[in-house]
Amino acid sequence: MKVAIVDYNAGNIYSVVHALKRLGIDPVLTNSAEELSKADRVIFPGQGHARTTMTSLKEHRLDEIIRGLKQPVLGICVGQQLMCRHSEEGDVDCVGIFDVDVKRFCPTRHEEKVPCMGWNDIKNTKTALFSGFEKPEFVYFVHSYYVPTCQWTIAESDYILPYSAALHKDNFYATQFHPEKSGSVGERILKNFLNNNDIEKGL
Amino acid sequence: MLAKRIIPCLDIKNGETVKGTNFVNLRSAGDPVELGRAYSEQGADELVYLDITASHEGRKTFTDLVQRVAANINIPFTVGGGINELCDVDRMLNAGADKISINSAAIRRPELIDEIANSFGSQVCVVAIDAKLTEKGWKCYLNGGRLETERGLFEWAKEACDRGAGEILFTSMNHDGVKAGFADEALAQLSDELSIPVIASGGAGKKEHFRDTFINGKSDAALAASVFHFGEISIPELKQYLHSEGINVRI
Repeated sequence: MKVAIVDYNAGNIYSVVHALKRLGIDPVLTNSAEELSKADRVIFPGQGHARTTMTSLKEHRLDEIIRGLKQPVLGICVGQQLMCRHSEEGDVDCVGIFDVDVKRFCPTRHEEKVPCMGWNDIKNTKTALFSGFEKPEFVYFVHSYYVPTCQWTIAESDYILPYSAALHKDNFYATQFHPEKSGSVGERILKNFLNNNDIEKGL
Repeated sequence: MLAKRIIPCLDIKNGETVKGTNFVNLRSAGDPVELGRAYSEQGADELVYLDITASHEGRKTFTDLVQRVAANINIPFTVGGGINELCDVDRMLNAGADKISINSAAIRRPELIDEIANSFGSQVCVVAIDAKLTEKGWKCYLNGGRLETERGLFEWAKEACDRGAGEILFTSMNHDGVKAGFADEALAQLSDELSIPVIASGGAGKKEHFRDTFINGKSDAALAASVFHFGEISIPELKQYLHSEGINVRI
């Protein structure tokens, strides 16, 4: 299987590379439209500021390229946020696959610290990405901005308020959390993305 | 709600794990990558690798180790020790660390915190503070607890937070190695005063100490070394116990 990781100067993507290698996959890091279109799976990671990362994407016209991909795509963290319509972080228009806007967490109590950093559980999981999930499971999050629950939500988490821990539309999947840092649960999600036949069908 | 975190700390010298009691008398405790993987499989939420090697060659060995850890371990890990400048941070993050921790270098030059937060984000920047309760109150120490400073614990922690630290890792030198519990009173004050997570360190001896620091100390995470390395407390048992005490932990 050929897996391509979108390489656009947006933070540490090596943890994703290592996670795939542990699953026996040697991914290609690329910003070339041709390489991306040839891959069986595309992973779109991201760390950092939405406006800065969006600018890097646009420099290589990767926003258009990603929007046009037909194979299964998995956005992670800021990758997920950039797949939405707009982000409050730097007030920037994003790729627009998911018709929803990214908001900043507004703490209401002292204990609600931002960034939200650590292990939280996800529930109400849907689609083949979470195949085999029967109860809430803990995954690892690091973020200050979130996607509200919406029609594309396929997993929910709760921090300050209930929000989307993962999204899905057609061939596009995305997680706010880091499956590559989420222990054995994260590994199951990555394996589902790579190997589950229903992912090919966008289910 | 975020789960309370259990963090084993591995002190590394020349590529091997060691643990000091009250910062001296080091004993060896196994291969760092194997030990880290074992902890991860047992349910540790994060790992901290602390380089206590002073030499330049040791630094190179440690960077290689960080790369091996990143390749083999699927939970977040922090590295500390010998990080004095932005280029050290860059090297560690490039080697695959999720966060870095700075201690003496931050007290000597507090702007380092701003630089790290601005370049890489607050979430990578853990400020570690070694402090001791003296006649003059809680005072910060440098160089692994060998040099007293005029800095008070609470004012320094507040400044670190304001400059962009993502977390505070507070080690009480009075409690470290004594195994009689964490410095919960000071930890609770830190938690109340700061808007970032506080990691308790120093003093773990039994399971109840972890419960106490999560409840009375209001800690977000608890770090320990020897009780885990020498099997005095097993992480799965500890987590079951905390769960039974009504504390939100990842099981």
